[in-house]
Amino acid sequence: MNIDIQAEAITPRRHTFSHIARRFGVDKPASRYEEATYDVQPVANFHYRPTWAPEFELYDVARTRIVMADWYVFRDPRQFYYATYNISRAAMQQSFDDAVNFVEKRGLVAGVAPAWREAVAAYLLPLRHLEWAANMNCQLIADWGYGTQITSAAAFCGADRLGLAQVISRIGLVLGEGGDDHLVAAKTLWVDGAAWQPLRRLAEDMLVLRDWFEVYVAQLVVLDGLVYPLLCESFDAAGVAHNGAPISMMTGFLADWFADNSRWTDAVMKAAAGESDANRTVLNGWLRQWGERAHEALLPVARQVLGEEGDAAVAQARRQLSARLEKLGLTLGEEVPA
Amino acid sequence: MSRPVSITLQNSQDGIAIANAILADNPEAQRKSFPAMTKIDCPGRLSILADSVSERLGREWDPQEIHMSVISLSGSVDEDDGSFTLFWR
Repeated sequence: MNIDIQAEAITPRRHTFSHIARRFGVDKPASRYEEATYDVQPVANFHYRPTWAPEFELYDVARTRIVMADWYVFRDPRQFYYATYNISRAAMQQSFDDAVNFVEKRGLVAGVAPAWREAVAAYLLPLRHLEWAANMNCQLIADWGYGTQITSAAAFCGADRLGLAQVISRIGLVLGEGGDDHLVAAKTLWVDGAAWQPLRRLAEDMLVLRDWFEVYVAQLVVLDGLVYPLLCESFDAAGVAHNGAPISMMTGFLADWFADNSRWTDAVMKAAAGESDANRTVLNGWLRQWGERAHEALLPVARQVLGEEGDAAVAQARRQLSARLEKLGLTLGEEVPA
Repeated sequence: MSRPVSITLQNSQDGIAIANAILADNPEAQRKSFPAMTKIDCPGRLSILADSVSERLGREWDPQEIHMSVISLSGSVDEDDGSFTLFWR
């Protein structure tokens, strides 16, 4: 008997979900990212308004001053959905763990000048509280934002921020040789230290903003855009004179994360600004307002770490952010005299 | 007409992105769709550019990862950090 094995090609009737097909065409297989993000959020036929804000629908475009004809133009260049996000973050966590284990096993932190160790504990560790505020802000965007594309990415970013707070805490434990003294001291600095109060006030003011896109600009573009370059470049460079390399090995991760996150924030800002001049005006207003506040709030911290060069370092971070925004068709505004 | 080189890829997320990159970067490439796999033929020479695949995947893609998606290929291979090329000598 002869058995003839053949492959029979069965053409699928549909390649993807109807809502994706309406956007991209019926005969095109969609990527997982597209299926997981585009047009997922309900847009019509809401039954009840939220009792805590009856002026809005459950999902309402009026929650921000930014106006978009289509809310699905904020494509995340990293194409994060559950799987890709977790794969990417697992790799990041692994690289951080490897670096910290390397430093810890060899006791490299003991070789860093003690004064610089104290300085790092004083400038880095309070930032874990700032990361927590950033997490809250991202969750607010995920909650009140419009369109799954931006809200799901914001929720991922929020989870990142909790991760970053943990990363900073872990560095604190290494600095304290396993003890939590430095972390406790850092909390006191954040709550009572004079240099930190302008930044804490800024963080708390952001927590009560109601326009979610303003939160996006203030936190993810302006504050992160100044804090991370300051932390990962100026502060880090200052450690070289004190044999700070082991610290840099552990904090290097923060720069990697910031570069990754900036790909997303740049894409969002570019799309929002490109939509209309009205949007651009609103965004520029927020950038100017929060840019000035963040600049002022970071000065005392930078002065504490870098002394007289602190002002120049903040100005440098500001120039970097300004150049980044200019490429996206936005302006941070004039440099404020310190 | 030069002999065709070919590569057959799984229809996975990565495989689809690689196939799309090949078709965009090699104007003479022909796609043949089969159940769960895609065969691409191209006369003479076919290049897979890492940047092109990375852009479609939204992450850094290393040409060595191609082995996770390849079912079969024909042609000599030239591989470096930026590209994976099939050709006949």
